[in-house]
Amino acid sequence: MADLTTEFLGIKSPNPFWLASAPPTDKEYNVRRAFEAGWGGVVWKTLGMEGPPVVNVNGPRYGAIYGADRRLLGLNNIELITDRPLQTNLEEIKRVKADYPDRAIIVSLMVPCEEQAWKDILPLVEETGADGIELNFGCPHGMSERGMGAAVGQVPEYIEMVTRWCKQYYSKPVIVKLTPNITDVRKPAAAAMRGGADAVSLINTINSITAVNLDTMSPEPSIDGKGSHGGYCGPAVKPIAMSMVSEIARNPETHGLPISGIGGVTTWRDAAEFMALGCGNVQVCTAAMTYGFKVVQEMISGLSDWMDEKGHTSIQDFVGMAVPNVTDWQYLNLNYIAKAKISQDDCIKCGRCYAACEDTSHQAISMSEDRVFEVIDAECVACNLCVDVCPVEDCITMVQMAPGEVDPRTGKVVEKEYANWTTHPNNPGACAAE
Amino acid sequence: MPDATPLTPGITSGRLSAETLSQNFDDLHPAYAPHEAAVAADRCYFCHDAPCITACPTDIDIPLFLRQIQTGTPEAAAKTILSQNILGGMCARVCPTETLCEEACVREAAEGKPVEIGRLQRFATDTLMRAGKHPFTRAKSTGKSVAVVGAGPSGLSCAHRLAMHGHDVVLFDARAKAGGLNEFGIAAYKSTDGFAAQEVDWLLKIGGITVETGQRLGQELSLDELQNEYDAVFIGIGLSGVNSLRAAGEEREGVSDAVSFIADLRQASDLSGLPVGRDVVVIGGGMTAVDAAVQSKLLGAQNVTIVYRRGQDQMGASRFEQDLATSKGVRIVANAQPVAIHGNGAVAEAEFEYTTTKDGTLKGTGETFRIKADQLFKAIGQTLEGAPEALKLDGRKIAVTGAGRTSVKGIWAGGDCASGGDDLTVTAVAEGRDAAEDIHSTLMGGK
Repeated sequence: MADLTTEFLGIKSPNPFWLASAPPTDKEYNVRRAFEAGWGGVVWKTLGMEGPPVVNVNGPRYGAIYGADRRLLGLNNIELITDRPLQTNLEEIKRVKADYPDRAIIVSLMVPCEEQAWKDILPLVEETGADGIELNFGCPHGMSERGMGAAVGQVPEYIEMVTRWCKQYYSKPVIVKLTPNITDVRKPAAAAMRGGADAVSLINTINSITAVNLDTMSPEPSIDGKGSHGGYCGPAVKPIAMSMVSEIARNPETHGLPISGIGGVTTWRDAAEFMALGCGNVQVCTAAMTYGFKVVQEMISGLSDWMDEKGHTSIQDFVGMAVPNVTDWQYLNLNYIAKAKISQDDCIKCGRCYAACEDTSHQAISMSEDRVFEVIDAECVACNLCVDVCPVEDCITMVQMAPGEVDPRTGKVVEKEYANWTTHPNNPGACAAE
Repeated sequence: MPDATPLTPGITSGRLSAETLSQNFDDLHPAYAPHEAAVAADRCYFCHDAPCITACPTDIDIPLFLRQIQTGTPEAAAKTILSQNILGGMCARVCPTETLCEEACVREAAEGKPVEIGRLQRFATDTLMRAGKHPFTRAKSTGKSVAVVGAGPSGLSCAHRLAMHGHDVVLFDARAKAGGLNEFGIAAYKSTDGFAAQEVDWLLKIGGITVETGQRLGQELSLDELQNEYDAVFIGIGLSGVNSLRAAGEEREGVSDAVSFIADLRQASDLSGLPVGRDVVVIGGGMTAVDAAVQSKLLGAQNVTIVYRRGQDQMGASRFEQDLATSKGVRIVANAQPVAIHGNGAVAEAEFEYTTTKDGTLKGTGETFRIKADQLFKAIGQTLEGAPEALKLDGRKIAVTGAGRTSVKGIWAGGDCASGGDDLTVTAVAEGRDAAEDIHSTLMGGK
């Protein structure tokens, strides 16, 4: 079994699976049980400033979207930061950390955008013995209306400023949690870096309305007939999160900045993908909220088996391995030519590839009287839609044409050399290679 | 006979407790709950030009109705079904889906587990019928009237479609109740809680259909009179005759037709009052044979044997039906034909001869054997009886061309009594519907 020990910002944990700052990490009882179940670390649910705690709604906090058989694909929430007294949380953090020295405990924080507020709370957190802090600049509902959470995360200057305060008044690692509710995630990441952040974590939840009740015309989750946008998370947001992670990982300005990946991690594979895109570890919430803490056991065994299979002996072996392969569209090889190929042995003759191609794409699949579906190479642009809609895995595959062959669609010989849009004759801005 | 058991000799009632009987005759395939239905429907791949539609004799748009179930609109799904097959509720229960839509389902090819189209169809139609809704309305009255003779699947289907088009229909049936084989044939566990009668009542909600029972063609009804009184006539009288065994001793007490046994069972208000033998032998290989055998077993017969003269793969009953029979404890003996029924007054034993098929001809091998029997059912096919002489026959059925046109202008026929088709409920429904469309276009000035 591969060694999953992770060292993120110098913080050791037995595996890279941390529970994200959220309801599962709101109190000692939960966190102890999470550690017993095997989680490598937790980011304690966000603490606010001293004083009367925030209050939550007293109706539904969560809304969901489902796949087949009510498989939860996306969850949204309108819950706020911890609604328990600051002192209680601090005492609990201290106790749990003392009992679990090998696990990572990060404290998520959200206090007003004033230096004094941070100056006040940071020593209290330092005192708990927790391994670091995470700045919640992402919470998209409720707190943002009070000038905190995403309201800070959407202004790079504020991120930089607050991060700097934290580095000034706190001795341990500072992670800045980013909101996806912005246009270019590279900007806040760079701001965090300038402020001295040790790492960024992303994504926080996405503004969302999961459903509208068509009887009451209320958005869901509905509180007394009204709804408010909540934060969207779960498997459905993973592609968005991975894109944002990769943007930060490959941006020269932030390249090398440690990243804690968050967003729909549900299985070991999701975790491995985030890590291949540059994340030093991952944070999980929805999977635990859907299936309970035990779900980490599959993540541990799955990642370990995969690492063994690939010959990786430590987490660091593969972190960031996919980053060099993330590029801009303009650099994709236009001389790479593929054609769809349908395995007649595997085909179950549902005709979904035909309907998709015929109705919505390139009319590149033929259908015979007896339901034999074949690719018309002269029409196929290798768009992959047939692969995506085929219910049988690997029944349709994309087969690369070898250099020297003639593409029956264009009549042109497949070139061996790499060539992209920047030098393409149709590109008005092309600079011919001299 | 309250003390009877499966071991009690002779033909007797009350072999099993009322509770056991009620369990035995419960729904063969229990109805889906809404979530189960959504999950099951979600398995449909929404195939292009779906093979299941092609396999359905009534061409129901199955992928569409499954998607309608999946999206929470089972009543819309029901309308999709019923617009092609007005007896979609009964067909959902009795269709041999394993040889029709579900056999064609691509998931059968993919994983040997088709989408459960039949059960899902039942979910949709039951939902609509439970709500008491009838989703079709009549067109403006055409002033034309049509006589439909026979209120079985083909007649009901024909009558409904004609009524929908605005014609006035009188639906005649020889029996005291409409429904035909849906009401009097078909195993009880496929049509529980009086479903056949409920479906007829529901179907008649379209309006414009008058039902007249106790009207037998050739007796109370004459074809000439019908032709004079109505603008068109549709005949769907089924097959009321029963083939004989042509074996010595066929007249012995305890020997009867499987169809009558099933009809008695279907009409029985109390199954514990229905007598059945201890050792039951059913001769035949079709659905009727299986229905009679399985129900004998479920009534408490100790030993039930189906004897079929050809190979088991030749049986008219589907593999699923055969497996159902054997799972209930029925023994199937293939390649044996009846030679004689022995007994002193009542049947005591049935004697069979093994058979082989050489060059397509069935021959006895000369080797015989006997099976103990105190009750013997004949299920070797039904024949046309009471067909008007004016109509040409094709073999032993009324000859039809196109959409059920008989040799006489103005008279259509469909269902089991007409040539072609495969004697399934669903085929009869399709034939009745198509004949109605042809009658409609003919009456409205077509050819």
